Amino acid sequence: MINYFKEILVGFWSLLAGMAVTIRYFTKPIVTVQYPRQKLTMSPRYRGHTEFVIDEETRTHRCIACEMCNRICPSQLISLQGVKVDAKKKLPSRYIIAYQYCSLCGLCVEVCPTKALKWSDEYLLCGFTREDSEIDLLRRLQDQQYAKGWPLTPIPRPKPEEPAPAKGEEVKE
Amino acid sequence: MLERGLEEKTYVLNLGPQHPSTHGVLRVELEMEGEFITKADPDIGYGHRGHEHMAENRNYQQFLPNLGRVDYLHALAYNQCYCMAVEKLLGLKVPERAEFIRVITGEMNRISSHLLWLGAYLLDLGAFTPILYCFDDREHILDLLDRVTGSRLTYCYYRFGGVPQDIDEEFVAGTREFIKRLRTRFRDYDNLVTKNVIFIHRTRDVGIITQEQCLEYGLTGPMVRGSGIPYDIRRSEPYSAYPLFDFEIPIGSKGDILDRYLVRVKEMEQSLRIIEQALNKLPEGPIMAEKVPKRIKPAEGEVYAAVEAARGEFGCYVVSQGEVKPYRIKLRVPSFANLSILPELSVDTLVADLVAILGSIDVVVPEIDR
Ligand code: SF4
Ligand code: SF4
Repeated sequence: MINYFKEILVGFWSLLAGMAVTIRYFTKPIVTVQYPRQKLTMSPRYRGHTEFVIDEETRTHRCIACEMCNRICPSQLISLQGVKVDAKKKLPSRYIIAYQYCSLCGLCVEVCPTKALKWSDEYLLCGFTREDSEIDLLRRLQDQQYAKGWPLTPIPRPKPEEPAPAKGEEVKE
Repeated sequence: MLERGLEEKTYVLNLGPQHPSTHGVLRVELEMEGEFITKADPDIGYGHRGHEHMAENRNYQQFLPNLGRVDYLHALAYNQCYCMAVEKLLGLKVPERAEFIRVITGEMNRISSHLLWLGAYLLDLGAFTPILYCFDDREHILDLLDRVTGSRLTYCYYRFGGVPQDIDEEFVAGTREFIKRLRTRFRDYDNLVTKNVIFIHRTRDVGIITQEQCLEYGLTGPMVRGSGIPYDIRRSEPYSAYPLFDFEIPIGSKGDILDRYLVRVKEMEQSLRIIEQALNKLPEGPIMAEKVPKRIKPAEGEVYAAVEAARGEFGCYVVSQGEVKPYRIKLRVPSFANLSILPELSVDTLVADLVAILGSIDVVVPEIDR
C-alpha cells in the first residue's frame, strides 16, 4: 500500500521535474535560425555544387579539359567538351553539370590535376524543372568575372570542320 | 457475433508504409484479434536502390558515395568499413592521424545518430518535446562535421588510405565545447525522459529479448547489449585506433526497451569519452597513406571488414578479381537482422506496444532495402 502511494508521488514528481526542464528552456534565447530574415553563412568546406576556381593571376579558370573529372564521376553527370586552341593547349568549350545527379562526393575536385574545381557556397538549389539544375560552369565563371570587373573568358567554340558531337553524348538519362 | 450471421475473421491492419513511426517506408502487416496482435509481418523493399549491384558496374572510388546513403544516419561508419575493406585488399596502412580523425568524426556521427533516434523514438511514444532538444544538440554535431566533411548528412569523407582533408583548430575547439555542452544536457534528458513515469511504464518489461534470442537472430549493437551480452566490434575485433582508447561497453540486464534505451544513452556518454581522449592524444603527421595508387586495382582476393555502427555490426565483403571494378560487394546491414526479431516480439502485444518495440529496434529502413 505504501509502495503504491510512493510510486504515485515519485511519478508525479518526475513529471514536475520534466516540466521544470521545459520551463527553464522556455526562458532561454531562441536557438533556431529565423530563416528568411536571418541567414547562415556556409562553412568553408560546404559542398554546394562544383565551380571553377578563378586563378588570381590569370583571372580565369585553370581547366585543361583533360576529362579526368568526367571519367571519375560516379553519376557521369559532367558534360564536358574540349577544344584544341593551339598545338599543345586544350580548353573546355562546354562544361555543364547536371546537378540533380550529383552525389557531392568530391571525387572530381580531388582528381583534377590542375586543381581547377572547388565547391561553391550556393545552397538555394531547388528548381521547378530538371533544366533548372543544369549549371554551365563556363557561364558561371563569366558571371563571376563580370561581377569583379575582370575580363571575361571567352568560351571557345569547336572548329566548324570538326564533327559535331553525337547526339547520344549529351543525353544524360 | 456468429449469432447475427457474421463470420469471424481476423482483422488485418496495415502499419505503414507511410506511418510516421516506421521511420521510413516499412510496411508491417498486422493480424489482429481484438486489440491484440497475433501476427506481424514486416514487408520490406520499398526503398530498394540496388547498391550492391551498383558496386559491380563502377570502380572502387565511384562506389564511395553510395555508402553514405545506405544508412544515412551513421554514414561515416559505413564509409569507414568500405575503406577498411579496400585498404585491406590493397595492403594500405592508414596513418595514425587519419585513424584518429576517423574515430573522432565517426563517434560524433554515432552520437548524432543516437540523438536522432532518441528524439524520434520519444515522438513515437507521444512525447513531443525531447526531439526539439535532441535536434538542437544534433545541429551542433552537424555544424562541426560540416566544417570537416563538407556535408551534413550523406557524408562521403573517408578515402582509401586516409582522409582527404585535415581537421583544424577550430574543429577541435568546437568539439571540446560541444562535449562540455552535451554532458550538461544529459542531466536534462534524464529529468525529461529517463525518470519520466510515463516513459518508464511504456517501456519497462515490454519487448523483452532473451540472450538466446539474440544469438538465434544474429542481433547486434544496442539490441544485444541491452540483453546483457557485451558484444561490441570496437572491442571484440578492434579496428582503427579504438584499442588505444579506454571506454566501457554499457549493457542492460533484462533486455526490455528501457534497457536498450539506457544502453544507447550511456553509449553516447562513452562516445564522448572516446572523442575526448582522441582529441587529447591527436598525433601530428600525414593524413593520407603514401603510395595510394591513382588507379585502384587490387589483386585478386576476398576480404571482410566490420565496424560497429550505431545500429550494430556493419560488414562489407568485397570480392576482387584484379580488375578496376569490384566483382561483388556484399553489405551486411545490422537493421535487417535486428528487424527479423519483430514478428516474434510482437505476438500478443498491443499496437501501441508494437510501435514502441519497433522504435526501440532503431531500424533505418533504406539500409534494410539498400
Ligand atoms: S579534371 Fe580538372 S582540368 Fe581536367 S577537365 Fe576536369 S576540371 Fe578540367
Ligand atoms: S561531386 Fe561527385 S557526383 Fe558530383 S560532379 Fe563531382 S564526381 Fe560527380
